Amino acid sequence: MTASTEIRDVYFFCTCLVDLFVPEAGLDAVTLLEKSGVRVHFPEAQTCCGQPAYTSGQPEEARGVARQQLGLFPQPWPIVLPSGSCAGMMRHHYPTLFAGTADQARAEAVANRVWELSEFLVDVLGVQLADQGAPTRVALHTSCSARRETNALRTTRALLGQLEQVTLEIQDHESECCGFGGMFSVRHPEISGGIVRDKVAAIRACGAETLITGDCGCMLNITGHAAKTGSAIPGKHLASFLLERSLGLSSDKGDAK
Amino acid sequence: MSQPLNFVPVAEFRERARAVVSNPDLQKSLRGAMDFLQAKRTVQFPDDAELQRLRDLGEAIRQYSLAHLPELLVTLEAKLSANGIHVHWAETPEEANAIFIDIAQRHQARTVIKGKSMVSEEMELNHALQEVSIDALESDMGEYIVQLADEKPSHIIMPAIHKTKAQIAELFAERIPGVHYTDSVDELIQIGRKVLREKFAAADIGVSGVNFMVAETGTLCLVENEGNGRMSTTVPRIHIAITGIEKVVEKLAHVPPLLSLLTRSATGQAVTTYVNMISSPRKPDELDGPEEVHLILLDNGRTQAYADEQLRSTLQCIRCGACMNHCPVYTRIGGHAYGTTYPGPIGKIISPHLLGLASTYELATASTLCGACAEVCPVRIPIPDLLIRLRTEAYTNPATASQAVRGAGSAYSSVAMALWHAWAATYRHPVLYRAFTWCASRFRFLTPGKQGGWTVNHRAMQPARRRFRDQLKDRA
Repeated sequence: MTASTEIRDVYFFCTCLVDLFVPEAGLDAVTLLEKSGVRVHFPEAQTCCGQPAYTSGQPEEARGVARQQLGLFPQPWPIVLPSGSCAGMMRHHYPTLFAGTADQARAEAVANRVWELSEFLVDVLGVQLADQGAPTRVALHTSCSARRETNALRTTRALLGQLEQVTLEIQDHESECCGFGGMFSVRHPEISGGIVRDKVAAIRACGAETLITGDCGCMLNITGHAAKTGSAIPGKHLASFLLERSLGLSSDKGDAK
Repeated sequence: MSQPLNFVPVAEFRERARAVVSNPDLQKSLRGAMDFLQAKRTVQFPDDAELQRLRDLGEAIRQYSLAHLPELLVTLEAKLSANGIHVHWAETPEEANAIFIDIAQRHQARTVIKGKSMVSEEMELNHALQEVSIDALESDMGEYIVQLADEKPSHIIMPAIHKTKAQIAELFAERIPGVHYTDSVDELIQIGRKVLREKFAAADIGVSGVNFMVAETGTLCLVENEGNGRMSTTVPRIHIAITGIEKVVEKLAHVPPLLSLLTRSATGQAVTTYVNMISSPRKPDELDGPEEVHLILLDNGRTQAYADEQLRSTLQCIRCGACMNHCPVYTRIGGHAYGTTYPGPIGKIISPHLLGLASTYELATASTLCGACAEVCPVRIPIPDLLIRLRTEAYTNPATASQAVRGAGSAYSSVAMALWHAWAATYRHPVLYRAFTWCASRFRFLTPGKQGGWTVNHRAMQPARRRFRDQLKDRA
């Protein structure tokens, strides 16, 4: 694993889902960054980007929580997130959320430094991975925010493409939403269930052994539905998969999801 | 007529959605239809750079037109009047129906033949005409099928897309006198055409929608594929065009880019079979065309959207339907589940202005905000942002709600608000957050097995044994 970079320090925003539900994805992301020669700083006071309230029509509550995050990054270092969804929130929606408030400039300054993990690995660090694993076939699900609000579709595929023994299977309707949508999946289970049902069927049918995604929300949605409705689909965060393939290291024991 | 006929109580939405999602045949045909329409559109835009330039242009033209809407409508009315077209203004569907019926009764009209018009669906015109014993027949094949079945359109471009060939075959055999069952598409179309031909010749009034109105020339532009629009606007003695006030553009030169975006986005056609440009009734030296042409311009809540800087972009819509063709929700629940004249993503953002938020906010919540709609919208309406805005309007405290949207605050609940306050208070304070997540992790065995809507479709979520932040410290 090699990387060329001037950047020595980054902030890591782990996201609330990773903190409480998928910690191995965060740990593996940190290891990946460190092995690429980067010093990772984890501001202890971080909580959540505020997206659940923002998309639920509660901008006041979202602002309150988001404001707490704005003060966590005093140095001009990049802010890296293992999530396209939360990265999209901070990069694209913070400027709107804080427009016309006293925090506008701070919000924009934070937004401009936000990187989704794979974007940072490819576009900033220029990481080159050497595949150490046995041949395997994977499906990639790119979250809608990652696809439309970041460059993660390109950079995630680029990273997987560096792994010689890994075959990327393209599931039917690959670009379609998995039906998660945060609170949507709880509020409209009848519709969300119809969408994720089809996503799970497409992934099962494509011949992949593992589902890779850069967003834990989508992963919990897809693997959680698969587990409930029949044969489980092993899901791995991109960071865990890359680490395992390139260095034989991973915190993901494949049990929690 | 005081309450809009298509007023739909929010509660029924879930039931209708559930019924469609759990019907495998419907799921298959919806998916097939949407895949077909998506593929047709994709073929029309092989060059992404050209598509993005055209979308920029389309957006700019629509925004320019809306920015000048009041002046353009004044110019349009003057030009149309000078051309001999009568212009009528209606604030509500009831007013529009009254204007229509008044014209019809002045001419002792008994029969009306209709080209496709979604605004006439908004007005429930057919129903209003029935009440005064005027027969209205839909002449667009899809609309004709829907009318025969006593249903409503399930798609703004393909009204009968919810019906299979076999269902249409049965419907024709059952409802059209003297018709024997056939499931040959060609024969079915010929049967429909034959019925309609006779009606065109006999109708007193022809009705049409309008795709674009050109202010500088006083022209009504109408696109269609079946020739029924041309027939409806030329054969009967009276032509009544019906549309929303937002459809105006300033110049004839503004039409071609919008036309190109419309047909390529909607049906995947470079151009439709017919493009009608209607600028006047029959002139003395002309052999055909209607003796009278009327235009009914309906507001129906559009000025409410217009008044708000952000919500105004709703009116950029050129009604291509690409948003619904690409929507994962529409693909699962179909058009009827929405219960509104306009289904799909555009329906979610326009219906609150037509019907008020109280009966429609549930639709705004029924979206993953995936953004597929905004990605294909030919005039770049930021639909997900508008959905978030409408959610905000719906959940706001009615006591402090802005007056931007009728029915703002109608989803407000003090319990839900208290929960959000508690959530925000916890996540705003790192100490509370850490205490909460520590407890959730430490006492994970207490995690409930039933987690509301989540466990309907998923295995229950359980916090990790140790949080990320704890494990990160262990590592150091």
